[in-house]
Amino acid sequence: MLTNISTVLRACAQRNGAAAVVSARNYADFTSQATFEIKKSDVFKLDEAPATEVVMTRDEGLQYYRTMQTMRRMELKADQLYKQKIIRGFCHLYDGQEACAVGIEASIKPTDHLITAYRAHGYTLTRGGTVKEIMAELTGRRGGIAKGKGGSMHMYCKNFYGGNGIVGAQVPLGAGVALACKYKGSDELCVCLYGDGAANQGQIFETYNMAALWKLPVIFICENNRYGMGTSVERAAASTDYFKRGEFIPGLRVDGMDILCVREATRFAAEHCRSGKGPILMELQTYRYHGHSMSDPGVSYRTREEIQEVRSKSDPISLLKDRLLSNNMASVEELKEIDVDVRKEIEDAAQFATTDPEPPLEELCNHIFSNNPPVEVRGTNPWAKLKSKDYILD
Amino acid sequence: MATSLKCLLRSGKQAVLVVGRRAFHRSSPAAVQVTVRDALNQALDEELERDERVFLLGEEVAQYDGAYKVSRGLWKKYGDKRIIDTPISEMGFTGIAVGAAMAGLRPICEFMTFNFSMQAIDQVINSAAKTYYMSAGQQPVPIVFRGPNGASAGVAAQHSQCFAAWYAHCPGLKVVSPWNAEDARGLLKTAIRDDNPVVFLENELMYGVPFEMSEESLSKDFTIPIGKAKIERQGAHITLVSHSRMVGHCLDAAAVLAKEGIDCEVINLRTIRPLDVECIEGSVMKTNHLVTVEGGWPQFGVGAEICARVMEGSAFNYLDAPVTRVTGVDIPMPYAKILEDNSVPQIKDIIFSVKKTLGV
Repeated sequence: MLTNISTVLRACAQRNGAAAVVSARNYADFTSQATFEIKKSDVFKLDEAPATEVVMTRDEGLQYYRTMQTMRRMELKADQLYKQKIIRGFCHLYDGQEACAVGIEASIKPTDHLITAYRAHGYTLTRGGTVKEIMAELTGRRGGIAKGKGGSMHMYCKNFYGGNGIVGAQVPLGAGVALACKYKGSDELCVCLYGDGAANQGQIFETYNMAALWKLPVIFICENNRYGMGTSVERAAASTDYFKRGEFIPGLRVDGMDILCVREATRFAAEHCRSGKGPILMELQTYRYHGHSMSDPGVSYRTREEIQEVRSKSDPISLLKDRLLSNNMASVEELKEIDVDVRKEIEDAAQFATTDPEPPLEELCNHIFSNNPPVEVRGTNPWAKLKSKDYILD
Repeated sequence: MATSLKCLLRSGKQAVLVVGRRAFHRSSPAAVQVTVRDALNQALDEELERDERVFLLGEEVAQYDGAYKVSRGLWKKYGDKRIIDTPISEMGFTGIAVGAAMAGLRPICEFMTFNFSMQAIDQVINSAAKTYYMSAGQQPVPIVFRGPNGASAGVAAQHSQCFAAWYAHCPGLKVVSPWNAEDARGLLKTAIRDDNPVVFLENELMYGVPFEMSEESLSKDFTIPIGKAKIERQGAHITLVSHSRMVGHCLDAAAVLAKEGIDCEVINLRTIRPLDVECIEGSVMKTNHLVTVEGGWPQFGVGAEICARVMEGSAFNYLDAPVTRVTGVDIPMPYAKILEDNSVPQIKDIIFSVKKTLGV
C-alpha cells in the first residue's frame, strides 16, 4: 500500500512540474548493509586468498551503481558522437568492464597512483576527471581534461598517468611510479593496468623482474577481455593463465564482472603491497561489448551470440542491481532516479563538449618543455616563427 | 559491343572499379582505377605467388585481413604458413622475422604503424641493416618492413610520427616512400625482390585514394627501381621535391600557382634512401629554385638532407635563392582538429613558400 501512495504522490508531483520526487518510502525500509558470498579467486604462489564473504553497505552499493552507470552512459554517448564524426581518431570504449575500474577504485586511496593503456575513459572518471572534461577532451575542445591536445588516449589527472597509446609501455611506467612511492617512503602504491594483448609484450616481463627484485609497491592488473584487437587469447598466448605469468610474483585470478570480487581482490592486493611484500599480479576476467575501437565492428572474430550471452548473464551493472534489489537495499524507483540523473549529467556534458570552442591557435606550441623560457618553434615554413609560452604553474 | 564496360564491383578480395570509356571507335585500353590499398594488396599477392620463400607476419594481418585491410584475402588464399598473426610483441616478432631472413626466407614484417616500430628498432638497425656489412658479405638480410607512416587524422601524438628521417639516416637500409597506387605496387614488388632490408613507408590517408593505373603498371612483373625519383609535373620556374602524401599537395599547389603564371616542377622522390640527388640537381639547374615538402618534423629531416646535398653538389651555383623547407610543425601532434590542421603542411603553406622563394 505504501508503494501505491508513493506512486500517486510522484504522479501528482510530476503533473505539477516538480523536480524528481524522492521515493516516498522511508529509508528505514531499506537494509543498510548485507553480506554477500562471492566467487573465490584463483591464487598463485599465495597461501591466502581474498575473502569470499563480504559486506556491502547500501551507500556503497548506490555509489557503485551510480558510477558504473555514469561510465556506461558516457561510453555509449561517446559511441554516438563518434558516429556523428564529432569525436575523431581513435576511440576505445570500456562498456562491459565497469566493475574493474569502479571495483579497483573502491579499494585504493586517492593518494595512490594508477596508470592504464588506451581504454582509459573509465579510469579517468574514477580517478577524478569529470564527465564534462572527459567528453570535451574526446571532442577536442579547450575545456577538455588535456585542453584538447591529447584526445581519447591521452587523458591525465592527479595520480593518474593516462591514457597510453603504445601497448605495454605503461607497465614499466607504472613500476617507475611505484619506485618513486617507495623512494619517498610513503605507503602509496601504484595500480598498473594492461590487457591480455599487452601481456605478451617483453617489456612487461622486464618490469616483473625489476619490480620483484626491488620489491616495488605495484599491483599489476591484467584486464583480460579475451581479445587483443581481433586476436583471441588462445591465438596470442602460449599460456592464457595471465595471473601466473609473473612467475615469481604472486597472482590472483578474479571475476572482473563482479564489482565485489574486484573490490575484495584489490583490497587484498593493496594490503600485500603496503606490507612491503613487493608486487602482486591480478588478472580480471572481463569483457568489452564494443569492438577494439570504433573502427572495429567487433563481430568478425567473435559471435553476436557470445556478446549477447555476456550481456544477459554477466553484465556488471545488472549484477549489482540484482543484488541491491533482492536484498532490499534499494528500490526500483530509486535506481531509476539515479538513471535519470546520470542521463542528465551525460546530456549536459555532451552539450558542453559539442559547444565548447576548440583550443586557440596560440595553444599550438605550448607545453613542449616544463618550467622553461619561451621556446621558438618552427612552423611549416621558415617564415613561420611560432612561439611557446613560459609556464611554471599551469 | 559499343556498350561501355560494365562497372564491375568485385566485392570482397579486390574491389577494382572498372570505369569504361565510351568506345565508339576501336578500344583504347580501359583506364583502371585502383586504390593504393588494392595496389599493395595485389603486389603482395603476386609476390607471395611468385616466390615460396616470401611470407607476411604482423599483428592482425591474417584473420582480421589486416588492421587497414591491406592484406585482405591473403590468409584465406595462402594459409597459416605464409600469413602469420603475431602477438603484440614487436621487438620479438621483428627479431624473428630478421632471423628468418638470415636463414634464407624473404619475410615481409608489418608494423601496424611505424610508431610501433620504435619498440623493435634495434632489430631493424642492428640486426637487419648492419649485418651484411659486419659479416663482410656473408649474411644478407632480404626483408621488407612495411606499414603506415606519418600523420593520420586525429590519432594524436603517439600515433602520428614520420620515421623517414630516422630510418634514412642508417647505412645498410633502403627506405622507400610511395605516393600513388603505381608507386605502391611497383616499389613494393621491387622491395620484396631486393636482397636487402627495405623500410617501406606507406600512408594511412592514402590507402583509400584511387589512382588511374596503366595496363603496363598492372602487369605481374611491373617494378619500379628503388633510388629513382619521378618528375610528376614538368615546370620551369621552381622545383618542388616531396614524398608520400605531400606529393599530392604539391601537385594541387602547382595547379593553383599555374593560374598565376608560376610553373612548378614537381618531383616525387619515391625513395628516401638512396636519395636521387641527380634528379633533384638536374631540376634545380633548370629552375634555379627549390622547395622541399615533407610531413615530418624539420630538424635533421628529409628536407634538411636535400639542402645539404644540393649545397655540396653542382646545383648549388644554380640556385637564385636559398632552398626552402616546408615541413610539419616542430611539436608533438596535437589532437584537436584545428591544432592538428595547423601542425602539418597545407596547400596554402606550399603556395606561400613557393612565392616567397621566388620573391614574388
